Amino acid sequence: MPKYTLHVNGQSRTVDVAADTPLLWVLRDHLELVGTKYGCGIGQCGACTVHLDGVPTRSCLTPVSTATSMQITTIEGLAADAAHLHPVQQAWIDLDVAQCGYCQAGQIMTAAALLKRNPQPTDTDIDDAMAGNLCRCATYYRIRQAIKHAAGMSDGAKQEAVA
Amino acid sequence: MNAPATLSRPIDRRSFLKMSSLAGGGLMLAFYFRGVTDLLAADPIVNASKDIPAGDFIPGAYIRISPTGAVTLISKNPECGQGIKTSLPMVVAEELEVDWKDVSIEQADLTPAYAKPWYGAGGSTSTPNHYDLFRRAGATARAMLITAAAQTWSVPESECYAQQSAVHHRATSRKLTYGELVAKAALLPVPDEKSVPLKNPADFRLLGKRITGVDNHKIVTGQPLFGIDTKLPGMLYAVYEKCPVFGGKPANANLDRIKSLPGVRDAFIIEGTDNVNGLMPGVAIVATSTWAAFSARQKLRVTWNEGKTATESWADWTAKAEEAAKQPGTMQLRKDGDVAAALKSAAHVVAASYRYPFISHANLEPQNCVAWFKDGGFELWSPTQNPGSGQQLISKTLGVPEEKILVHVTRIGGGFGRRLTSDFMVEAAAIAQRVNAPVKLQWTREDDLRHDAFRPGGYHFLKAGVDGAGNVVAWHNHFVTFGNTKDRPGSGGSLNGDEFPGRWVPNFHSEQTVFETGLPMGPWRAPGSCVFAWVMHSFIDELAHAAGRDPVEFRLALLGDKDVVPGTGERGQPYNAARMKAVVKLVAEKAGWGKKLPRGQGQGIAFHFSHRGYVAQVADVTVSQDGTLKVDKVVCVCDVGAQIVNLSGAENQVEGSIVDGLGAAMFQELDFERGRIVQSNFADYPMIRMPDTPTKIECHFLRTDYPTTGLGEPALPPLAPAVCNAIFAATGKRIREFPLNKTDLSWS
Repeated sequence: MPKYTLHVNGQSRTVDVAADTPLLWVLRDHLELVGTKYGCGIGQCGACTVHLDGVPTRSCLTPVSTATSMQITTIEGLAADAAHLHPVQQAWIDLDVAQCGYCQAGQIMTAAALLKRNPQPTDTDIDDAMAGNLCRCATYYRIRQAIKHAAGMSDGAKQEAVA
Repeated sequence: MNAPATLSRPIDRRSFLKMSSLAGGGLMLAFYFRGVTDLLAADPIVNASKDIPAGDFIPGAYIRISPTGAVTLISKNPECGQGIKTSLPMVVAEELEVDWKDVSIEQADLTPAYAKPWYGAGGSTSTPNHYDLFRRAGATARAMLITAAAQTWSVPESECYAQQSAVHHRATSRKLTYGELVAKAALLPVPDEKSVPLKNPADFRLLGKRITGVDNHKIVTGQPLFGIDTKLPGMLYAVYEKCPVFGGKPANANLDRIKSLPGVRDAFIIEGTDNVNGLMPGVAIVATSTWAAFSARQKLRVTWNEGKTATESWADWTAKAEEAAKQPGTMQLRKDGDVAAALKSAAHVVAASYRYPFISHANLEPQNCVAWFKDGGFELWSPTQNPGSGQQLISKTLGVPEEKILVHVTRIGGGFGRRLTSDFMVEAAAIAQRVNAPVKLQWTREDDLRHDAFRPGGYHFLKAGVDGAGNVVAWHNHFVTFGNTKDRPGSGGSLNGDEFPGRWVPNFHSEQTVFETGLPMGPWRAPGSCVFAWVMHSFIDELAHAAGRDPVEFRLALLGDKDVVPGTGERGQPYNAARMKAVVKLVAEKAGWGKKLPRGQGQGIAFHFSHRGYVAQVADVTVSQDGTLKVDKVVCVCDVGAQIVNLSGAENQVEGSIVDGLGAAMFQELDFERGRIVQSNFADYPMIRMPDTPTKIECHFLRTDYPTTGLGEPALPPLAPAVCNAIFAATGKRIREFPLNKTDLSWS
């Protein structure tokens, strides 16, 4: 099997896998980065969203062979370091967004990319950007609030939960 | 999740108690409690899974305090998104008087110490079954720490109090931390749990506050938590192909070809059983990675003996249901008075039929389980709502004694009732039995959608009469449903004769016909209620309009003057109409019921009692002229008793129930033809997404003096009828079929 060198969360990692292996399964089975989740395998649910050169991308539809030239950021690499979470991650904790939590890595990666290109999104901007990410527990109402909270746009309606 | 340093084996109760007494480094409470078994005994899901003798003594070990002062609380109900891993330990912490920041939570394995009350997540039972028990556990430990301090200081216990993980002596301001006290406390006799004082709820510091989930930091940083994240040294990866027709068996498969593919270690047929909720026959492929297994499966060719279910289709069943409705039902559920005579003399008679399809649970984490067969026993890592049921099924199917099956319960990527069924666990075990290594069975999304324990579809043929004064005088429902045998509806497909408005209408007849199907069925969030509330409250709305009465006023009149209406028969539950009227009145007030709205906008109301909770909702909707629905606002009032445990978690459950209920109503539908499910993945099985989420959700809890009960389910059932009644108010169009997108909502 061919060898591929990937640039993941600022590190170079080499794997020996079949060329058609989706990046999702390379991350999960070979690089011990299991924060990126399998939900559908056809790009419909967004649970596998990672950033490729900063662009939110479905890792389940990205063959490893096409990802070698790009900077890959996963949920494990979103925060600058363990003590300083990304504002979106912190907002998810502050507003206690998760129920089961399975989709939330994908939601956070999509939301972080949204706020990078549009730091003050409208409700419609948020709905449009997040429409590709399924949450089976249907926490969308809180996700909307948390994105605004991360953007510093809280309307004060939602009180923070205690950590 | 990496392998623990030493893999423990299942322990029996005796060795558990011994181990506890040896835990000399700290205080570990292992004592007996009389359980809250009457609530459990009334629950059909629990009854189906565990036999719990009334009045049994139940061991519990939920608290560990180390000499360093670290407090570990044990979570013994599966966490599937309902927030129980945060909320129940809060109950212990409140009475124990520990600082929440000092607390860490461990998930219990399924061992005899944690088997009772039921180690499970279903029927919104976890809170009512454990609330008092866990208060007493915390209070008992607090009492022992106070005793230890009083003895140290040689002062009366009454002069001491516990606060912030320490015992204080009021008169001298002396203080000993819990860490300093555990060595002494661990040697004390455990007091009678009934003798320890509980806190006055007015003094609660933690309960009722918003507390963020204990796993949230791990969730937002992508740490391993879920079943699918389990990884053990030397672990192999498996897939399992079953016949697309339920009950079909593999005749032969190209196993030699599959075994020659890259990364494949083995491939074999599993004969399985006839239990559609158990080990179905199929073909297993075991490989060195998930992708190797998935890729090999693309080349798998199986010849199936499809069996008798191959003749079934939803379209045929629908035609047969229309025919069945013309005949008497095969089961009589309730008969009061004389419906035919009352219909004859009624001022208005309304007839309508309602129907809803089979749907999937569609947990976002597809079913998976890691199993390891060694030394004649199993060790499993499973995202299960019902580990004991999995243990029993594996034992019975594979002939391994239950005490040699240890189940580690992982965090669960969505429950909704799906993981009360243990098919995925027994499949993993059956594969592991043939593999000399730990093996992770991974279902694909397509496996998951097509091999669910489905929410049964159903048909209601209704006719009712309203008298000249606008009162409901007659009600008839012929319910057509499904079962794996003709005499027993499937789980979640059974209508109770008491279902509202049974008991409130003087001439009332409810009957049921069960079609025998080969499709597996199982509980889906608020089983039965998730659709019955929609049917009954839509039809009640039709009657209100026929009577020319306001839908809220009509419902309050229907609920009548009695406070508590007793249940009927052995399993009948009393219905507290006073509690329901209170939530209806409050929701009408909070939602501004009765405001004048332009055409295309409307308000709808519904209420429902399920899982011990009384819930009413008002939906405000806008339907554009081209028929696009937007739910603008939902106001919800819940009465789930005296205490909200975690306000953040409680609100999250209500918000999620509302959006989930809307999604199921708007989109979800499975079709089946020739005994196989037509849909395959989220491309043809749409789920609700953010743009269809209501703009505003408002949630109120009405505190009453009743016991504290659960919130995983009761806020879901009223949503669909509230929205559909609002659609009628906006457009004059009555929704009588799910999903909603089957009905053209355009108006002019």
